[in-house]
Amino acid sequence: MAHSVKKYRGLMDWITTVDHKKIGILYFAAGGLFFVIGGIEALLIRLQLMFPKGTFDILDGQTYNEVMTMHGTTMIFLAAMPLVFGLMNAVVPLQIGARDVAFPFLNSLGFWTFFFGGVLLNISWFTGTVPDIGWTAYAPLSGQEFSGTGSDYYAIGLQIAGIGTLVGGINFLVTIINMRAPGMSFMRMPLFTWTSFITSGIILFAFPALAVGLIYISFDRLFDANFFVTATGGNAILWEHIFWIFGHPEVYILVLPAFGAISEILPTFARKRLFGYSSMVFATALIGFLSFMVWAHHMFTVGMGDIANALFGVATMLIAIPTGIKVFNWLFTIWGGKIQFTTAMLYATSFIPTFVMGGVTGVMLAIPPADFQFHDSYFVVAHFHYVIVGGIVLSLLAAAYYWWPKMFGRMLNETLGKWSFWLFFIGFHLTFFIQHFLGLWGMPRRVFTYLPNQGWDTANFVSSIGAFFMAAGVIVILINAIISIKGPKAPADPWDGRTLEWSIASPSPEYNFKQLPLVRGLDAFWLEKMDGKKEMTPAEPLGPIHMPSPSILPFFMSLGLFIAGFGFMYRGYEFESAFMNNLFGYNIIAIFGLAITLVCMFLRSVYDDHGYHIEVEELQKEG
Amino acid sequence: MGQGSNPIDPKGSVAEEQYGLILLSLGIMILVTVVVFVLYFYAIVKYRRKPGDNTIPKQVEGSHKLEIIWTVIPMILLFILAVPSVALTFSQDVDYSDDPEVIQVKATGHQFWWEFEYPDLGIYTAQDLVLPVNQRVQFELTSSDVIHSFWIPAMGGKMDTNPGMINKLYLDTPAEPGVLKGKCAEFCGESHALMDFKVIVLSEEDYNAWVEDMQTPANTTVSADVQSGEELFKQNCMSCHAIDAGSPGLGPNLKGFADREVVAGFLEMTDDNVYKWIRDPAYFKGDRVEMPGLFLEDEQYQDIAEYLKTLKLE
Repeated sequence: MAHSVKKYRGLMDWITTVDHKKIGILYFAAGGLFFVIGGIEALLIRLQLMFPKGTFDILDGQTYNEVMTMHGTTMIFLAAMPLVFGLMNAVVPLQIGARDVAFPFLNSLGFWTFFFGGVLLNISWFTGTVPDIGWTAYAPLSGQEFSGTGSDYYAIGLQIAGIGTLVGGINFLVTIINMRAPGMSFMRMPLFTWTSFITSGIILFAFPALAVGLIYISFDRLFDANFFVTATGGNAILWEHIFWIFGHPEVYILVLPAFGAISEILPTFARKRLFGYSSMVFATALIGFLSFMVWAHHMFTVGMGDIANALFGVATMLIAIPTGIKVFNWLFTIWGGKIQFTTAMLYATSFIPTFVMGGVTGVMLAIPPADFQFHDSYFVVAHFHYVIVGGIVLSLLAAAYYWWPKMFGRMLNETLGKWSFWLFFIGFHLTFFIQHFLGLWGMPRRVFTYLPNQGWDTANFVSSIGAFFMAAGVIVILINAIISIKGPKAPADPWDGRTLEWSIASPSPEYNFKQLPLVRGLDAFWLEKMDGKKEMTPAEPLGPIHMPSPSILPFFMSLGLFIAGFGFMYRGYEFESAFMNNLFGYNIIAIFGLAITLVCMFLRSVYDDHGYHIEVEELQKEG
Repeated sequence: MGQGSNPIDPKGSVAEEQYGLILLSLGIMILVTVVVFVLYFYAIVKYRRKPGDNTIPKQVEGSHKLEIIWTVIPMILLFILAVPSVALTFSQDVDYSDDPEVIQVKATGHQFWWEFEYPDLGIYTAQDLVLPVNQRVQFELTSSDVIHSFWIPAMGGKMDTNPGMINKLYLDTPAEPGVLKGKCAEFCGESHALMDFKVIVLSEEDYNAWVEDMQTPANTTVSADVQSGEELFKQNCMSCHAIDAGSPGLGPNLKGFADREVVAGFLEMTDDNVYKWIRDPAYFKGDRVEMPGLFLEDEQYQDIAEYLKTLKLE
């Protein structure tokens, strides 16, 4: 029975893989690619705004709006989300002592739907109809009357990519509930696993709201429905509610795993266990819960009235309490420790003050009458970049440097790492700190230009200079990643780690744990090391390991949705050739695409694939 | 910095109250930030690992006392912040629509210009919002197309203009006459950045004179040199643009056009700019601008521009 399964190599291996470690790398690669694209868009924005109107206008209004929309959409949905998922894939199964996620096939499906959704969105650059409605796509601007095919790219691209996120969230919920190693109770789980768990729970409730909202937009646009069309009785504000009841939790979907990574890295390099573990878990859960109670603070100026504004304002302020608990617990984790400033630790420690600066402006924005002034000004732009770049990106970079050896089996260069850190960190504060003041000086956001002599010229120039520093930092990171292919081989436990992933080889074998480990407490591996042991105590005898087979079906299921997406988007489009008009007008393309997906689902359902086993002899041979 | 258009240089009581809350919250937040920074920098300097030091520090689980301190103190700080926030949220959400002492203005956002109606005075105007000093103004806000947001930074916070809905917002005018900037703050399409307006704050006397001028019907006899321009205007423009303040139009009302500070919300008011603007509005504000191309000769545009420059108040 052994190896009746077909093994693929090269490109086919990557397209068919269901191994969480390889899928993690795919997420990293795709997320990194989109991060660079979004970064180039950010540079274009800062170049355009470097000087006031009439001096150096590289973008016109329409192009700027496209770049601005795609920057936001790309960074949130196509860069931050997949990087978080990449990290969860790379780390969570190892941290809980599991051999894979609960549904490896779905894991692959989640990646490919995300990837094809992102590709679809970016194809708009080549067809010339780019989304130009802001990443929030407010109705009626995103409706048929006021925007073109670009809005269809937005709605359908995100719809397809969103499937991947929802599938992934469910997968991690089941994995973390069911697949923990013997002895790993919930309150012994590493904090990164905890935050991934809560994040998956938020995804489960938040992403369906986005999916429904996007369907409304698509139906309004493609099938003349009237959800948001005011003239025919629709309600434009409904979209804002739907969007933000997804959109606000989305911030926490991204930031909680970032918190989790920080909570792993600080203890490791301070050689001290996480301070207040149980209150950290509690704070995470509370933030997850509150994240659904505060969406309307994005809408204070909509005209909801005093009662709604006051309630949502106070509810928002409450989030400061669990967040404050986390910050002080981090501070007291390094307090009294023995801090070693590796690149990962530099990023992780710099996260603390930076994120606090983003957090306090969040509380200021929670005051409705003050928000009337801040709202849609550069103050908000500064705030959410402090949270998203200063909070999420800094900790993702910390996490990348920290777990890189485990993912790739190679060490990153520390000198280059420190260069990248200082360039990025200084660049970040140079770019965004001054934008707080631009907001207080009355500069609205999402403007493609501004008239000179309003007191904004110098500040915008400084901000743009900062952006170049950040770009330089990212280039150094990319160089570091590329040369690490030939870098020194990573030992199993390069950082004197505390959690299970450091108890196995770097990179870990495809089955992760030859024998499932027995977990005796929090920081399971650290406990064993303190008892003078070199590895975990096994919880089971050596036996054959059951592995899932690779499959090409997820790739084709996603490809089918991708094709169907184009079919729907262009069904009302007037092509020059009658053949194309018939092809799209009669939904032939859309049906063809959906058929591919359905056939793949059918095949998956009727063919039982029992996977294969790695036999004991092979395990022993590998050592 | 940010001259005349600045939330932190408030003019009028609404902006002043909001500025007070901004300062209070800023003060509390700076306090919090300083505490964190002091602990943080102390920790990362004091607890560095010396080279060769392989000792394991004491593994501390946590501290109930500390946990309680950093839960309770933020609660107190938030309480101090929440009380005036909630109070002002309610006290600034008052509707003065029926108050005869308060000036009523209906502001409507269009892609990409502002229409102002004074229902009690029978005046429609556009782009320049004229108000007297020391007065409370009740705005009724709506939109004819997409969502915009009505913002006079120096006078107070913004409020969205939603199509098919009406929002109420009151603001107080400054004590001194002057010109303030107004902006569209909600992203509304291609030329959102250029959707500015001016707030002209006049003395009581000047304001009354302005009202009177606006209510006086336009002079029907024009001087000979702009007669051809007037003729062209009547043929091509009048169906959308009124030159009397008594009636609305599809496009901006042009009564007193030549007195305005800027053309189209952002171009300097010069003969050349008026000409350029009417010749090709899409060049400045993109294809979504509703003003159609007129297919006239260059000189004809010049004639219309010259006529428009005569549209001054008495």
